[in-house]
Amino acid sequence: MNRPLMLVQIGLAMAVGLATMVLFPLVAPLYGVINATLYTSMAIFALSLALLWGFAGILCFGQSAFFGLGAYAYAIAAINFGDTTIACAFAILVPVLFAAALGYFLFYGRLSDVYLGVITLTVTLILFKLINSTGGDSWRIGKARIGGFNGIPDTPPLRVPFGGEILSPTQLFVFAIICLVVVYTFCKWLALTRFGRAIAAVRENEVRAELLGYNAKRLKLAIFCISAGLAGLAGLLFANTVFVSPTIFGLSMAAQVLIWVIVGGLGTFVGPVVASIVLQMVAVYFGKLGWIDPNIVLGALLIAFVVFVPSGLLPTATRIAGILKNRAGSRGRAGQALPGEVGERQVS
Amino acid sequence: MSNEILTVTGLRAGYDRIPILFGIDFNVASGEFVGILGHNGMGKSTLLKTLMGHLPATGGKIIFDGDDITSLSPAQRARRGLGYVPQGRQIFPALNALDNLRVGAARLDRASASHAIERVLEELPRLKPILTRAGGVLSGGEQQILALGRCLCSQPRLVLLDEPTEGIQPSIIEEMKEILRALSRSRRMSVLLVEQNLDFISDLADRVLVIQRGLLSEEVDPEVLRRGEVVAGYLPSSDDVIKS
Repeated sequence: MNRPLMLVQIGLAMAVGLATMVLFPLVAPLYGVINATLYTSMAIFALSLALLWGFAGILCFGQSAFFGLGAYAYAIAAINFGDTTIACAFAILVPVLFAAALGYFLFYGRLSDVYLGVITLTVTLILFKLINSTGGDSWRIGKARIGGFNGIPDTPPLRVPFGGEILSPTQLFVFAIICLVVVYTFCKWLALTRFGRAIAAVRENEVRAELLGYNAKRLKLAIFCISAGLAGLAGLLFANTVFVSPTIFGLSMAAQVLIWVIVGGLGTFVGPVVASIVLQMVAVYFGKLGWIDPNIVLGALLIAFVVFVPSGLLPTATRIAGILKNRAGSRGRAGQALPGEVGERQVS
Repeated sequence: MSNEILTVTGLRAGYDRIPILFGIDFNVASGEFVGILGHNGMGKSTLLKTLMGHLPATGGKIIFDGDDITSLSPAQRARRGLGYVPQGRQIFPALNALDNLRVGAARLDRASASHAIERVLEELPRLKPILTRAGGVLSGGEQQILALGRCLCSQPRLVLLDEPTEGIQPSIIEEMKEILRALSRSRRMSVLLVEQNLDFISDLADRVLVIQRGLLSEEVDPEVLRRGEVVAGYLPSSDDVIKS
């Protein structure tokens, strides 16, 4: 992608973000604003996997491990330090450090993609079991009770940095939207940097990239850690919207994010964001109806997309728009075309 | 010899338990264009892969610019100035041509990378109109020139070329020959070319080494090759050419 196009996309994202955070709280009820904050945190979660899987080509089945660690790190640090600013740093740092330790064994151990997926899924399920078994007073980290399957219901809400006021639901929503726009911009920018190009080269052909002088293992570890940090940020927002419990390490959470990225379109950043929001709304809608399990609907949607729209929402929409534009263009030029002009190969 | 950029002694390598190279000895002088000629399956590509570190050496030594690089990783060898244009080009299909070149400038800082790319575009003007096109949609010849350009972006001191004429139309082969001749002169870089195309290798190489069954059997004067005085067995038979 070229730089001007990226700037247009970032500008558009900022405009949409600004409009959403100004207008939405004016028209939506409080419940809607809180729900929108939850959707936004999940959109950041989807972006973290879109960066790791869609952009870097590393399929991680256990992205929820980093998401959950971010949420738990925030809750435990906020209870212990009393200040949520430090807790925010913990929410990002803990998943990054965990990813660095796990990724070292995965990438330097030269595990293939399938094993990497299986191990990351296993890790999140181990965390699910582990946290579930931490009920009782003896399971504490400092002042914070981990709480087993009950989770940590008394998570301190986010405050204005360094001991300020507690953020209202609307302020939290605005903060979440700002985070989403910043993360999106960061992902787009990263893709255009030297590091991003190197990651793309490793994704395309790891051996070839190494023969050109890149340390593929180090690059993969770096993007793995960055993605974990973003998932941790999403976990931090989630912890402030919904309470922290072991279900965030569960299979359902691990699967949902994969579905959002697949449906949104691998290799895009906007697609998974849109898909995560739309699919959560679909799940809530079917949950309200009550006569069908929303997970069955999501599963059916996944199968439908894999079979009929394998490239995902956004790439398919872009392709269709391109075809329509070409048709309209060729119709307009047909009357005045010079011999040989029509049918010239279009290469993007 | 003091101006040797590459010295290979007793090099052995293979795939799993199957040995392919049985003790290769040769050297490349600074600025020299050395060709390696051989039949299919004689170990030409294996030799280049072992020099690049893609395959581990099971014995022998590789001295590059005075340093023993035998145990270094491919990335470390590339950063020391060893460039490699593999068989089949292996450009990055999803990246456009310009990004393929940028990826090639891995070990350079931003300013040097930009300068290196500009220089490559001057040397390979055929790349200029295709810079925004994805690598995967380029023709075989364009991909080959791009693969060479990507390698040159890293400003290598020794370029390893693995059968650059494979699957390329004759007009592009001639163009490649001219490009390589000009580059060898202007950049004064050393080149190790592995090839089956007799005309290509004899027109470019200062000297030609013949590889047979994993061993360098002899050195041939390119002039002798040009005159067609070739010992049968150096080159693939017509049957092999048809099969390939």
